[in-house]
Amino acid sequence: MEDKSFSDDSRFKIAKREAWMGVGLVIVNFLWWFGFAYGLGSGSPEEYHYILGFPEWFFYSCIGSLVIMSILIYWAVKKFFKDVPFEEEDMQQ
Amino acid sequence: MNWGIIFPLIIFLVILFIIGFWSNKYVKQSSSFIQEYFLGSRELGGFILAMTMMATYGSASSFIGGPGVAYSTGLGWVLLSMAQLPAGYFVLMILGKKFAIVARQYKAVTLIDYLKERYQSKWVGILSALSIIIFLFSSMTAQLVGGARLIESLAGINYTSALFVFVVSVMAYVIVGGFRAVAITDALQGTVMFFGTLILLIATIIAGGGISNIMADLVSENPNLVSPFGSNRELTPLYVSSFWILVGVGVVGLPQITVRAMSYKNSKAMHRAIIISTIFVGVIMLGMHLIGVFARPIIPGIEIGDSVMPTITMKVLPPFLAGIVLAAPLAAIMSTVNALLILVSSALVKDIYLSYINPSASTKEIKTISFSVTTVLGVIIFLMALSPPDFLIWLNLFAFGGLEAAFIWPVILGLYWKTGNKYGAIMSMLVGVISYILFDRNYPSALGMHTVVFPILLSLIAFIISSLVTKKATAQSL
Repeated sequence: MEDKSFSDDSRFKIAKREAWMGVGLVIVNFLWWFGFAYGLGSGSPEEYHYILGFPEWFFYSCIGSLVIMSILIYWAVKKFFKDVPFEEEDMQQ
Repeated sequence: MNWGIIFPLIIFLVILFIIGFWSNKYVKQSSSFIQEYFLGSRELGGFILAMTMMATYGSASSFIGGPGVAYSTGLGWVLLSMAQLPAGYFVLMILGKKFAIVARQYKAVTLIDYLKERYQSKWVGILSALSIIIFLFSSMTAQLVGGARLIESLAGINYTSALFVFVVSVMAYVIVGGFRAVAITDALQGTVMFFGTLILLIATIIAGGGISNIMADLVSENPNLVSPFGSNRELTPLYVSSFWILVGVGVVGLPQITVRAMSYKNSKAMHRAIIISTIFVGVIMLGMHLIGVFARPIIPGIEIGDSVMPTITMKVLPPFLAGIVLAAPLAAIMSTVNALLILVSSALVKDIYLSYINPSASTKEIKTISFSVTTVLGVIIFLMALSPPDFLIWLNLFAFGGLEAAFIWPVILGLYWKTGNKYGAIMSMLVGVISYILFDRNYPSALGMHTVVFPILLSLIAFIISSLVTKKATAQSL
């Protein structure tokens, strides 16, 4: 018996593409977080610059990644994610 | 007893009961008891889906344990906690539409249903059911202990009574209302968690005299508190980064999360949930851990990490508001316990009883057995939580890592790699769990990374090699 979950369904191509976008977004998320945290935070804590009261590394890495990722994800979902039916019956209509 | 604090908590519990009884209507009317009771008939919308993912994921460690560690470690721990940001979007994008469609094709109600059908193997089913039952039991107990300790300290009643109140509250709505009650109470609990975090964060900043002032206090005490490396410079970049696997992307392997990825109504719900859950998870994790750090100059010298969050709340807020905010950790714990309870119950009823013991059970029998299994489970975890283990956060993380090592590859590669087969899945689960336990006992934090990293790598290798080696043999037998 052929497994239906690997059939030539066009919905699965969409699903696969969106899964890869998930991987891409995580990589962007990680690089942003890591880059700012250790790029700006590795010096001596006495010499940090501050933004809105937070150390610069923290502001960009933690608060920044939350803001940037929210915007990026909103944009990616609105622009690239496709509506597909989940039920078999919908397909036959 | 402080009635100003207890009153909001009681109102909160009453609303949960009402939701449970309201959901019971659906359980009674539904044409398929199993689909409704264990999966809410796959009818979740975007907001509820986002909230139930977030609330299930956010637990005692996010509200009690985590802020406690942040209090003693500083901003480095907040940085680490932000590794949880992907948990909001990654799971839904990776499992995504494929899992939703395939679960419907297979008519799967539980993660185990899916795995059994995908790999056509009863051993995959038995192994998965065992790992879920064993690991989630320890996890539920840890959460219960956290919940009971919190009620104990807030209401000023003894531990046993607190535990009793907690277990009875959760069980009441889970037993009568099933998954739908769990998801809808999660939405309420998630909302409480979100606003509770915001209120407390603002009040803490005001009490500390503004962010700049708090930072200056921290620097004058120990400059490392505002560095990414922790108060004793103990947090290496590699160690902190390895948490991206444990609490970020690895969350895909947690059965209590994956089952939610088969419960939503349509792709619109999924899209909305991706956006909402990212923002909510991010704000709550960032906010709660920051509160832990900010609390340090305001209430110095706290020895027990777990008491930081309740103490700062009662210090910076008037009683009534404190009651609302302290409903947040309680909500976080309840929403995790209820998800685990219904999941373990589904593993026992659907994956053990109906699969291997009595496949031809009538609807009436299934109903009776579901209600009684859930009840008995509640009683057992109550008894287990009576003599509580100490380090709540680590016990919780043990179950976390073990489940991830067991399920991550059978789920992901099962969806996207056609060659993956039952031998791969079985080997991957065995290697994942056994190596996790061995690493944890003998070589924790191997090479400076979190213990979970190597078991997840090893289980990937086991999956791929076993699947490839057995591919020929399987092809011939067909």
